Amino acid sequence: MNLEKVIFGFFIVLAATLNFGFFIGDIDNPAHHDVYELFAAIVVNLIATVLKFGDRTHIGAIHLSTSLVADLQLIAAALVWSYGVHLTGQGMTPEITASVVSLSGGALFANVVSIVILIAETIMQKR
Amino acid sequence: MNPDAHDSTFFLLLRRLRAPLIALILVYAIALLGLTLIPGVDAEGQPIQKSFFHAFYFMSYTATTIGFGEVPHEFSETQRLWVIVCIYLSVVGWAYFIGVLLSLLQDHNFRRAVRQQRFARAIQRLREPFYLVCGYGETGRLICGALDQTGLRAVVIELNEIRVGQLELDGYQIDIPALAADAGQPEILKLAGLTHRCCQGVLALTNDDSANLAIAIAARLLAPGLPALCRAETVETATNMASFGTRHIINPFDKFGRYLALALHAPAAYHLLAWTTGLPGTVIKRHRDPPRGHWLLCGYGRFGKVLVTALEREDIPVTVIDYEPPSDSGRRWVRGDGTGIPALLEAGVQQAVGIIACTNSDVNNLSVVVTARELNPQLFVVLRQNLQANQALFAAFESDVTVVPSQIIGRECLAVLTTPLLVPFLTQIKERGEAWSYTLLEQLTERFGWETPNIWSVRVTAVEAPALLNRLRPTDPTVALGDLLRDPHDREQFLECRAVHLTRANESTVLLPHAHTLIQPGDHLLLIGRDGARQDLELTLNNENTLDYVLSGREIPGGWVWGWLTGDRTRKTAAGNNP
Repeated sequence: MNLEKVIFGFFIVLAATLNFGFFIGDIDNPAHHDVYELFAAIVVNLIATVLKFGDRTHIGAIHLSTSLVADLQLIAAALVWSYGVHLTGQGMTPEITASVVSLSGGALFANVVSIVILIAETIMQKR
Repeated sequence: MNPDAHDSTFFLLLRRLRAPLIALILVYAIALLGLTLIPGVDAEGQPIQKSFFHAFYFMSYTATTIGFGEVPHEFSETQRLWVIVCIYLSVVGWAYFIGVLLSLLQDHNFRRAVRQQRFARAIQRLREPFYLVCGYGETGRLICGALDQTGLRAVVIELNEIRVGQLELDGYQIDIPALAADAGQPEILKLAGLTHRCCQGVLALTNDDSANLAIAIAARLLAPGLPALCRAETVETATNMASFGTRHIINPFDKFGRYLALALHAPAAYHLLAWTTGLPGTVIKRHRDPPRGHWLLCGYGRFGKVLVTALEREDIPVTVIDYEPPSDSGRRWVRGDGTGIPALLEAGVQQAVGIIACTNSDVNNLSVVVTARELNPQLFVVLRQNLQANQALFAAFESDVTVVPSQIIGRECLAVLTTPLLVPFLTQIKERGEAWSYTLLEQLTERFGWETPNIWSVRVTAVEAPALLNRLRPTDPTVALGDLLRDPHDREQFLECRAVHLTRANESTVLLPHAHTLIQPGDHLLLIGRDGARQDLELTLNNENTLDYVLSGREIPGGWVWGWLTGDRTRKTAAGNNP
């Protein structure tokens, strides 16, 4: 057992699960989508990205790129959230909520790709 | 080229920054979470929680020590307590990050990787012809300088980092990309552009024979068509290089031995050779002819051995002065180092006609000849100069011949690289008799002086001489060499240059072609002359009007309309033939 692999797998799966938790629920109902969960998803995703830095293998490169996509989507979601709550002054309207959640849905897809790669990598391992 | 090698510095940076980056993310996450959870009070005294947006704003200016204060509302005491924790956490986080980053930037390996990457990019971007010079020692420096003067670019690989630094201080007109690396490694050679399409030639000039051998074989396998010039100090290396088809192998010791032998039995040929292969801008001094008689030689190393062999081939008796007895017996030998009077006297300096000082120490060499000249002012002195840095000392002592091994290699390389046609001409000089060389030398130096001439070659092709080629194609193909070399400004005058060698398209050669020699398409001419003549000849060969004036004395109407009006149809047909 490799501690590095454990930590790596942990963060990738945690990023996906947190993101899924935020994503699930009615797309335009703010009550179904907790901002703390979005925050946690962003932090874990960022850490997962940094963990992939410096891996020069082909699979490592794909990992890094999917992770960067997830980051981008989640940060965009956070920006839309700030725009809705602070700039328009109207709070979480159904439109804003739908837009934040759909962005996080995109990130979730990237997270799923990451997990698929992780599983494929594990299966390819002969030991 | 391996693309991975290029990104390696970037990946190295990322890998080393992994831990500090995660630390920073965690610090921010903890701080933000605390700030949003801990309740504050708004202006009306109502409890209010910070949003993530405000918390991130606050952390951004606090963690970076900008510190705008407590916005948007004044903080509660609990919040302040948490902010204290945040501040210290974030300062530690940033200090860690910056510390790792700075130590990485100072790291020797990292900096070397960055330099190598920058070098590789510079080479890839090159869009002009360049020569790959391996080894920036005395010879490499000489060659880079000469290439720079002629407007050609060099790329340098040198093992010693101090010498690479020296290159930047040497102040060339053209920027010379240089890398401190082992040129014996094929990867490094590829990085430096061995397989680049603009690479014109490789020069292996390191002082390590095995590295030169490695470069030679890499050039032979990776870039088979590329001319490779390799320095070989031992016969074994030279034979090895020749075995896989290295065309130009330069052994400085052997080469100079031959030069000296030539100087002894054919002084004019030697002078002609020195004059034609001299470095640009130097004046060749004509020394007196080496006398025949008893010679002394100090320092029986590799160089000394070659010289003794050369002298003995000329039936000249030599006495060797060295601490070690000569390995081959039957040679006259005196123990000593030649810098002291007793050893010189014992070797018979007063009866000798010449002395050769060829140890590998410049100071000793000078000491030997100064002492010897005092004992016998008539001595013919041959001096070996090892380092270019001692140039001033050697210039001050008026020796008859000063040998600089690096210059011998440098000249030969430049001659081979810049004017390939010069090589057969030089061979001819060595083969023809002394009388032939003497006449030619007299003729040439009388006309062009003793300063090193400009030597260049012209090929009668569509690229180099389009106007001349057009003229040769139609019905009247008689262009005499003498007419071609008239001055385009006044055809009564001749250009300050002379054709010394002509190679026909069918490989037949004409040495010293006469003025009435007819030029044919595909001819390759070697010319000796002055800079101005080269430019004027270029004008003649490229411009049809100028060519016509030079050949016939007729000023052709310049424009197309005027040409049509005067009914000059020949030019039109000529142009039609031009692909």
